[in-house]
Amino acid sequence: MSTVVLSTPPPPTELVARGRARRALRRRAVIVLLAALVLVAFIVTLMCGQTYYPLDAVLRVVIGEQVPGATFTVGRLRLPRAVLAMVVGFSFGLAGVTFQTMLRNPLASPDVIGISSGASAGAAIAIVSLSLGETQVSVIAIAAALAVALLVYTLAFTDGVVGTRLVLIGIGIASMLDSVVAYVLSQAAEWDLQEAMRWLTGSLNGTTWDQTRPAVIALAVLCPVLLSHARNLSAMQLGDDTASALGVRVERTRLTVIVAAVGLIAFATAAAGPIAFVAFLSGPIAARITGPGGSLLVPAGLVGSLLVLVADFTGQYAFDTRFPVGVVTGVLGAPYLVYLIIRTNRAGGSL
Amino acid sequence: MKPATARRLPDAAVVRRPARVRLLWLLVAALVLAALMVASVAFGSRNVGWSDIWAAIGGADESLEQAAVGKRIPRTVLAVLIGAALGLAGAVMQGVTRNPLADPGILGVNMGASLAVVTAVAFFGLSSPTGYIWVAMAGAGLSAVFVYGVGTLGRGGATPLKLALSGAATSAAFASLVTAVVLPRNDIAGSFRLWQIGGVGGASYERIGHVLPFLATGFVICLLSAKALNSLALGEELAAGLGERVAVARGVAALGAVVLCGSATAVAGPIGFVGLVVPHACRLLVGVDHRWLLPFAALLGAALLTAADVVGRVVARPAEIDVGIVTALIGAPFFVWIVRSQKVRAL
Repeated sequence: MSTVVLSTPPPPTELVARGRARRALRRRAVIVLLAALVLVAFIVTLMCGQTYYPLDAVLRVVIGEQVPGATFTVGRLRLPRAVLAMVVGFSFGLAGVTFQTMLRNPLASPDVIGISSGASAGAAIAIVSLSLGETQVSVIAIAAALAVALLVYTLAFTDGVVGTRLVLIGIGIASMLDSVVAYVLSQAAEWDLQEAMRWLTGSLNGTTWDQTRPAVIALAVLCPVLLSHARNLSAMQLGDDTASALGVRVERTRLTVIVAAVGLIAFATAAAGPIAFVAFLSGPIAARITGPGGSLLVPAGLVGSLLVLVADFTGQYAFDTRFPVGVVTGVLGAPYLVYLIIRTNRAGGSL
Repeated sequence: MKPATARRLPDAAVVRRPARVRLLWLLVAALVLAALMVASVAFGSRNVGWSDIWAAIGGADESLEQAAVGKRIPRTVLAVLIGAALGLAGAVMQGVTRNPLADPGILGVNMGASLAVVTAVAFFGLSSPTGYIWVAMAGAGLSAVFVYGVGTLGRGGATPLKLALSGAATSAAFASLVTAVVLPRNDIAGSFRLWQIGGVGGASYERIGHVLPFLATGFVICLLSAKALNSLALGEELAAGLGERVAVARGVAALGAVVLCGSATAVAGPIGFVGLVVPHACRLLVGVDHRWLLPFAALLGAALLTAADVVGRVVARPAEIDVGIVTALIGAPFFVWIVRSQKVRAL
C-alpha cells in the first residue's frame, strides 16, 4: 500500500462481495466456536459433579463400555441430563429466534408471549392431573401450545397491526396460563416443590432417558424443517410484500415455521418445563456475536444449548442449594429483558 | 345503563351519570358486597348448617363446623380489606399514570413488595409483622418508581404500552428473584406459594390488626386526592392551569397507592388484576369523577376479591384455590380485552 500512492478504489460490487465474504467467514467462525464451547460444556458437565471422573472414563461410558461406578453416575444420571440440557436449549433457542425474526420484534419470543406457558399448562395437566404417558403428554403439550399461538395471533389481529399488541396480549394470556399451572399444581395430591418448580420455571432435576427421547426426536425432525426455511425467514424480515416479491410463499412459510417452532417448544417444555427466558435470550445474544447478515437460527440454537448447560451446572454446584436451571436463567434473563426495554425506549423505537 | 345512548355517544355518555343512577349503583354494590360477605362466611370447603353458622358468629366453637366458620370470619374481613385496598390502589394508579393498563400486579408493584419481604426475612431475619409491612411498602415504592422510570424513558413519555411492558418484565424479574431467595431456605419455603401467588387463607384478627392502621392511612390519602386526580385527568398543563401542583398531587396519590399495595401484599402476597378490572367496571357504572370512582372502586374491589375467594373455596372442594389464581383467571381475559379495544391509546 505504501508504494502505491494513488490506488483506485475498488468497484462497489467488489466492496459488497468482500463484506459479504468477511461476514460469512465471521459467522462460520462464530458457529464453530459456539459448537466447540457447547461440546466443552457438555463434557465438563459429564466429568464434574459430586465425584470427578477422568475424561477417558467418561468417553468409555458414552461409547457404551462398562466402567465401575462411572456407568451409573455418568451413564444414568449425568448423560441424560446433559443431553436433555443441550437438546432443550437448542430447541428453545431455535424456536425463539424463529419467532423473533418472523414477528420482527425481540420481545415476541415464545416465552414472553405465552406459548411456553401454554405448553407448560398442557403438560402439567397431562402429567399431574391426568397421569398420562409420555406420548400423550407431548401431544397435549403441542396441542395446547398451538392453540395458544393461534389464540394470541387471532386476538392480536385487528386492522392487521400485530407487533406490540401481540406482545401485550401474549403477556396477559401467559399470566393466565401460569395461574392455570399453579392451579393444577395445587390440585395435585400434595404440593411437591420439585415438581412445581419444573412446571413454573423449568428444571432438569431427575432427568431420565424416557423424558429425553421425545425431545431429541422432535429436534431431529423439526430442526431441518426450520433450517430449510432459513432463507425465506430472512427474506420475510424485509416485510411480507418484499418477501413475496422475492419469491417467498409468505403464508405457507409462516404456517410451516410456526408449527415447527411451536412443536420444538412443546416437546422441550414437556421434557424440562418452560426454562425461563432461554428462548428470549438466545436470539439477541446470537445476533450480537454473529454480527449482521446471515441466518441466526444455528447460532441462536447453540447459544441456547450453552445457556442451559452452563446455567444447569451453575445451579447445581455453584451454590449451597441446588437451584433448578429455570431459576438461574430467570435471574439472568429478566434484567436483560428490562435492559432491552430501556434501550428500545431510549432509542425511541416503536417496540 | 342505557346501551342505546352509550352506543351513540361512546365517550361522553359515561363521563358522568346522573346522581340518582350513581346512588342506585352504590346501593347495589353495597348490597352485593354484603351478600358476598354472608356467602363467604357460609360457604367453604366444608359444608356447614345454618344453625352452626349462627352459633359460630355468636362466638361458639364447640364443634368442628363451628370452628371452621370461626376461621372464615377473619378471612372474610381480610378479603374485604385487601380487595378494597387493591381496587382503590388500581383506580389511583390509573388516574396518576393516566394509563388504562395500570394495576399494582401488572406494574410489578406487588411483586416488588413480595421480593422485599422475602429478602428481609431471608437475609436480615425480619420477623415482626409490622416490620413486614414497612419493608413491603418500601419494596412497593421502589419498584413503582423503577417501573415508572423505565416506562417513561424515551419519546412519548409513559405510554400505556411501555409501562405495561416494563411492569411485566420487572414482575418476571422479581418473581425469579423471589424463587431464588426462597427456595434454599426450608424455613420459609413452606410459605413459598404465598409470596408467588397470594391468597387470604390463614387470616387472623391479629394479622388484620397489624395491617389495619396502614390500610386506613392509605385509604385516607387516596380518597383525599380524588379532587387532584380529577384535575390531573385533564392533562398536566390544564391541571397546572387550574392551580393544581401537579408533581405534588401525583406524588401524594401515588404514595397512597403504594401504601395500600405494600400493606396488602405484606399480609396476602401478590394478588394481581383486581386493581385492573375494578376501576374499569366502576367507570362504566358511575363515570369518571374520581370523587365517586374511588370509593366505588374500593367497594367493588372488596366485592370482587371476596367473590373470588368464595369461588376458589367452593370450586375445588375439598381443596382450596388461592385467590391470586382466581383473580388472574378472571382478570387476564379482561386485560386482553382492554388491550384490544381502542381505549389503550388514551384515558
